[in-house]
Amino acid sequence: MSSDTIYERKINLQLPEFLRYLTPKKVLVSIGTPLMGIALFLFIWAALAPHVVTSLGAVPGPKQVYEQFTMLVDEHQAERAKEAAFYQRQEKRNAKKLAENPDAVVKIRDYTGNPTFFDQIGTSLFTVMAGFILAALIAIPIGIVAGLSKTVYAAINPLIQIFKPVSPLAWLPIVTMIVSATYVTSEPMFDKSFLNSAITVLLCCLWPTIISTAVGVTNVSKDLQNVSHVLNLNWWTHVRKIVLPSAIPMIFTGLRLSLGIAWMVLIAAEMLSQNPGLGKFVWDEFQNGSSNSLGRILVAVVVIGVIGFMLDRTMLFLQQKVSWDKSVALR
Amino acid sequence: MIESHLEITGVNMDFPTPTGPFRALEDVNLKLKKGEFVSIIGHSGCGKSTVLNVVAGLYLASKGGIVLNGKEVREPGPERAMVFQNHSLLPWLTAYENVELAVKQIFKGKKSKAEMKDWIEHNLALVHMDHAMHKRPDEISGGMKQRVGIARALAMEPEILLLDEPFGALDALTRAHLQDSVMEIQAELGNTIMMVTHDVDEAVLLSDRIVMMTNGPAATVGEILEVNLPRPRERIAVSEDPDYNHCRHEVLRFLYERHGNKEEETNADAPGNGNGNGKAKSDADTSEQEKTEASPKMKAENIVDFNKQPEEKVA
Repeated sequence: MSSDTIYERKINLQLPEFLRYLTPKKVLVSIGTPLMGIALFLFIWAALAPHVVTSLGAVPGPKQVYEQFTMLVDEHQAERAKEAAFYQRQEKRNAKKLAENPDAVVKIRDYTGNPTFFDQIGTSLFTVMAGFILAALIAIPIGIVAGLSKTVYAAINPLIQIFKPVSPLAWLPIVTMIVSATYVTSEPMFDKSFLNSAITVLLCCLWPTIISTAVGVTNVSKDLQNVSHVLNLNWWTHVRKIVLPSAIPMIFTGLRLSLGIAWMVLIAAEMLSQNPGLGKFVWDEFQNGSSNSLGRILVAVVVIGVIGFMLDRTMLFLQQKVSWDKSVALR
Repeated sequence: MIESHLEITGVNMDFPTPTGPFRALEDVNLKLKKGEFVSIIGHSGCGKSTVLNVVAGLYLASKGGIVLNGKEVREPGPERAMVFQNHSLLPWLTAYENVELAVKQIFKGKKSKAEMKDWIEHNLALVHMDHAMHKRPDEISGGMKQRVGIARALAMEPEILLLDEPFGALDALTRAHLQDSVMEIQAELGNTIMMVTHDVDEAVLLSDRIVMMTNGPAATVGEILEVNLPRPRERIAVSEDPDYNHCRHEVLRFLYERHGNKEEETNADAPGNGNGNGKAKSDADTSEQEKTEASPKMKAENIVDFNKQPEEKVA
């Protein structure tokens, strides 16, 4: 009862304040300005694109790209309908078989249609998250240890500095060879192509997280370290209660950098190695060379951008959830 | 000879610098009795805090050492709880959780969960912070943060409480409140307290003895002044007391006359915020005039007389 009234009061206090800041002018500025920027960009694009003529026709403008997008959606729905029909037929066939002979062995086959644009998005997202999460699980502990111990830092720093600038695509052949040599099972849990892409992503997004985490851990305030000393906190409590909360902002800076790199690396890796995903979609369209190809590639470009942006926002949201200091402005 | 509680013996402290070691402290000797309140006063940068850090074990003396209850200490430990100048609370924990971190560390296995909770709440109540114990440091004022810092130190049941300019960053009124709280707590618990300060009034009001340090580098104990004022001390009443003013004068004389430092006089060590009677300013002025005739009996009172117990000690 009393907590309810407090809750209500809180809302009453917050709402007018929130509204007071939302003057029409501010709304116009905060929403209108980005919209204007986008409109201007679309206008310039639409005006210039028809003048650039390639062997596949003129570069598509925004309108053609939108048409291609709706076409991709239609294709996806058609494919799904085909898939549903396939399973329905299979079920019917099996039911009939069982009705004739209850002991018959029924075969259930997976549908093996072409992956649509949206299937490729799903594959890419899954691959990037797998590689990124694995990398984070490896990099954060290494970063913490490196930040706490000067010796460890001195030992691994040269390695990090050398491996960090290596292009992901240089890793790809090696990863491919190693995976095909070592991952030999009759019933594989993952596709080899998935492993290749995920491991390449992993290798590239280790470094920013390690470096940022180590820097964050090194910069734990001297006062708090003294508190830890006076309290005789053991290593684990020290890390959990003092180091980690202090380093959270830097850890997330590293993670966001890593995720950005991961997404870029993945598209490139998929293009180069023909692993399923958005990169393969782009490459296939390029090889296909129909009059629609450029439009479809541009759809993919926009989608890749939007997903990259959303991934970054997700990390920001996570940081806000995890961080103790909710007042800090995140950008 | 009576065995003392805490002994600082022949402590030298050298810090390495690119141009060779810098000697911050040289031959610092000091003995504390149990239940005694000792202040260390001196100009900024004279190594007051360094002494405290050596006692806390955060620095290891280059020469000499610290003996607590007959045992040498070389590392930090909870029996020497420290209250830091800028409170040093963990900003992601509430006042309660900050104290809890210390209590859990020290009483793990010795107190039950309920006992720990009572103990945490008791200590927060002791510093009058029980009303805001579930607030985080960024939600409470500077004075309240420092109270929590004191509660955290007290909750560790330390042999000796080390206060490093604990009220330095607070406004005069808050500072006065906290000084009263510290006196109250010491009267109740009888802690041995070692405090670093640059506030003359604070030192005289709170201490049994005031240790005055010479200027660095190679700072050492200059003079030790016994403050023989009866306890409990009440700041308004005591400010009229001739003994009080005498003590105050002695400290000011030491700081300004013998170890005056032009730059310091005008700012950092300006005294007179505890009682706000404006007298400090005139003291400083006169001492500046008298500066020409510096007396030579500088290191006279370096030896501590243990038989001379301050008789006004109220438990």
